[in-house]
Amino acid sequence: MAQRIVVDPVTRIEGHLRIDAEVDNGFISKAWSSGQMWRGIEVILQGRDPRDAWLFTQRICGVCTTVHALASVRCVENALGLEIPMNAQYIRNMIQSIHALHDHIVHFYALSALDWVDVVSALSADIGKTVQLAESLSDWPGNSANRFKAVKEKVQAIVDSGQLGPFANAYWGHSAMALPPEANLMAVSHYLEALDYQRKANQALAIFSGKTPHVQNLSVGGVTTAINPDNENTLNMERLYWIKQLVEEVQGFIKQVYVPDVIAVGALYADWLPYGAGVTNYMAFPDMVLDAKATSFDLPGGTIMNGDLGTVKPFTSFNDSYLKENVVECIARSWYDGDWTRHPYEEETVPKYTNFQDEGKYTWLKAPRFMGEPMQVGPLAQVLIGYAQGHELTRTYVDHVLSQVSTLAGAQVGPGALHSTLGRHAGRAIRAAMLSDLALKHWQLLVDNIGRGDLAIFNKPTFPKGEIQGFGIHEAPRGALSHWIVIQDGVIKNYQCVVPSTWNAGPRDDKDKAGPYEASLVGNPIADPEKPLEVLRTIHSFDPCIACAVHMLDPEGNEAVKVKVL
Amino acid sequence: MSRHDFGKECSVKVNRRTFIKGCTMAAAAMGLSEAMVPKLVEAAASDQRPPVIWLHFQECTGCTETLLRASHPDIGRLILDIISLDYHETVMAAAGHQAEEVLQETINKYQGKFICVVEGGIPTKDDGIYCKIAGRTAMDILADVAPKSMAVIAIGTCATFGGIQAADPNPTGAVGVRDLVKGTPVINISGCPPNPISFLGTVLHLLTFGKPPRTDALGRPLFAYGRKIHDQCERRAHFDEGRFAEQFGDEGHKQGYCLYKVGCKGPGTFANCPAVRFNDVGSWPVGQGHGCIGCTEPQFWDTMTPFYERLPGVDMPWGDGIVTGANSAGIKILGVTAAAVGIHAAVGIGKKIIGCGRCNTSSEDQE
Repeated sequence: MAQRIVVDPVTRIEGHLRIDAEVDNGFISKAWSSGQMWRGIEVILQGRDPRDAWLFTQRICGVCTTVHALASVRCVENALGLEIPMNAQYIRNMIQSIHALHDHIVHFYALSALDWVDVVSALSADIGKTVQLAESLSDWPGNSANRFKAVKEKVQAIVDSGQLGPFANAYWGHSAMALPPEANLMAVSHYLEALDYQRKANQALAIFSGKTPHVQNLSVGGVTTAINPDNENTLNMERLYWIKQLVEEVQGFIKQVYVPDVIAVGALYADWLPYGAGVTNYMAFPDMVLDAKATSFDLPGGTIMNGDLGTVKPFTSFNDSYLKENVVECIARSWYDGDWTRHPYEEETVPKYTNFQDEGKYTWLKAPRFMGEPMQVGPLAQVLIGYAQGHELTRTYVDHVLSQVSTLAGAQVGPGALHSTLGRHAGRAIRAAMLSDLALKHWQLLVDNIGRGDLAIFNKPTFPKGEIQGFGIHEAPRGALSHWIVIQDGVIKNYQCVVPSTWNAGPRDDKDKAGPYEASLVGNPIADPEKPLEVLRTIHSFDPCIACAVHMLDPEGNEAVKVKVL
Repeated sequence: MSRHDFGKECSVKVNRRTFIKGCTMAAAAMGLSEAMVPKLVEAAASDQRPPVIWLHFQECTGCTETLLRASHPDIGRLILDIISLDYHETVMAAAGHQAEEVLQETINKYQGKFICVVEGGIPTKDDGIYCKIAGRTAMDILADVAPKSMAVIAIGTCATFGGIQAADPNPTGAVGVRDLVKGTPVINISGCPPNPISFLGTVLHLLTFGKPPRTDALGRPLFAYGRKIHDQCERRAHFDEGRFAEQFGDEGHKQGYCLYKVGCKGPGTFANCPAVRFNDVGSWPVGQGHGCIGCTEPQFWDTMTPFYERLPGVDMPWGDGIVTGANSAGIKILGVTAAAVGIHAAVGIGKKIIGCGRCNTSSEDQE
């Protein structure tokens, strides 16, 4: 007899998510993913100035701050056929890559490490052995005996105070926690250090953007970060070198701490490598743009079907027709009126809440599909698609990580192991390392361009009479993001966001095909249904962002209809 | 700081000098005298860390993210040394019913003593079904928790004034905390997101004196929202002398001239951005070349848009003279005073007022 477990709220994510799972003989046999919040931002956008849209859409999410801003200005520019100056392109590239460094660090340490790391166990760690372990993994200067001793005392003081704060009532001592105390202590130390390095990434970002979260230096047509090497109020060489130094410091943390930690977790939890593959159709969008027309990129995009790297098919520009024509969303199992499947430009949606129905509607999220199939998106998708295309930077880091995991685990671990819960963590760490290299590359491209005397940052948009439509894509930290806009006489008529967490956390479709979260949970072991730590492991590996995932569109500008509560 | 200067940066014990510096800066931000610093230090470092319940409703987590960027105190010190962050969906290790147990335990154990922080708007339409956590609506959770707290801090423009989801046509009937909670002190830290120092300064004030800092009519602390951006702006001299950027990237923009003509809403916005800046790198939006969008003001998504058009009703002492009702002003732009008045008139589809647990007022009485 299957046992039903409900995790609500799923914590250490953005937004409000509920996961239901049926457990049969210690393994999950069926799962449901349900978004529990709806805000209606796309309804609010109708009738407004398209130049303002990015400031609104950025507020879809403060964790993915910057990503909806970028996709938004790009969709308006796509509709207008407006190119932006190369300085603006490089500044946008740096913004997205530096933001991703912060985001990936925070995700691994603050949002998901506690699924694998037992904080309380760190109290029984031997300091000398902890140093030995840490030094075998990395030459990070923070891995010192004094540091580990101080962290251990800190954890002890918190436990002694009886006020565990955010660490209260968690799954400490759970039988699925397998790290030795020394690895736990090292990880807690890095958890605290991560807080400092994510802040440095934001400092670099804020020099470009005025502040973070919610950068304020974009504009349809370019950026508003004035460049003038001869002015104290603008981006000048002092500011640019400050950015470079901060990015280099963050890069040090990523390469010497984050990547080695992920390798260690992968090797010490090698028994988890078979779990959590789920949907193995992958999709990523090309980004880190290298030309004004957006046809050349430093991060490759495309699709892979059925886990077969040989099926890889690239997306080659911001106007790629293979991409543009094959995206649809289905609402058969979502709290909206109807059961249609439509292209984003064609959607009309009215909310219709029915409570949680196992075999009916059960979420505010829609089910996006590509050529009719569910797709997994995110860093792993992007890494696999780069790997399959022979992208050199991707190959270098993937091969490094796999060989290190193999050595530590004492068994050969190949690319096939990446189709897993742990593979998503590996993909994210690999992507962070690549983006730290690319951020510095694009810093140099920007400086070289300024050195040639080009200070342009903005091309003024002008809106024609009549109807135009466009889409903007961005490979965000959580994966493939697209915004779709219809503009009538210079005013927004329709706006639709098809978001990474909707691709991953979305429900079943009209053909009963499960979304990636749901599929990835099936087959996961559950040691104790009262403490479903394993559910959190797999769900967190996607880096859920539910504020992003829940959205809707009503082209008639109707208010939400009266809903029926059962 | 170089990577090798780790000894200082990695100390997880509270470095007393750094800590006092943080308290001194918080005191300065709140307009308190140096003499208050020892009291702040004592309050912030007392043995029993005050419990905090942090509720997330219709929000984007940007306000939590802004705290991740704070440096004095930084997030590690804040949650491990100064407060006890007992419930916070984004950072807590527990999940599901274990998380909800923590919530109930904290409420019961510390009734009247915990600080309730609210991030996000509260949907009131259709009985509030647009935001549910652990099976309860945001309205129900707020009604349960807020009256039992010592004080509520509404962080961000969503929790203070309804925020982006309350923008026209407000599809979910979103409102701010003050529209629902009566009888318990509610301090409004508006901004999208607010500067973390405005929040942290308020927490330290509350812990030190046991009462909220002085506020304006909208419930915002005077130490952070007492002055207009325009009156503190480093580009003000350019405004006074009639030197403007006419378009992003033009010669005036490259010279750091005033951004009023490209849409800056600084003349209608009260906040400390130019004074305290962001992320410890001396940055703020106007400083980098983009106009202020007025994000600390009620209903700014409706009253300050279109963002790239001029704010009407601003006297220009030089150049073309007074431009009240300038042609380029968008029709949606209203005066800020009108906006402030409008907020309370605008709310209220199906809302219920949440009474104060300690003053025995039923919700019917409040309505």
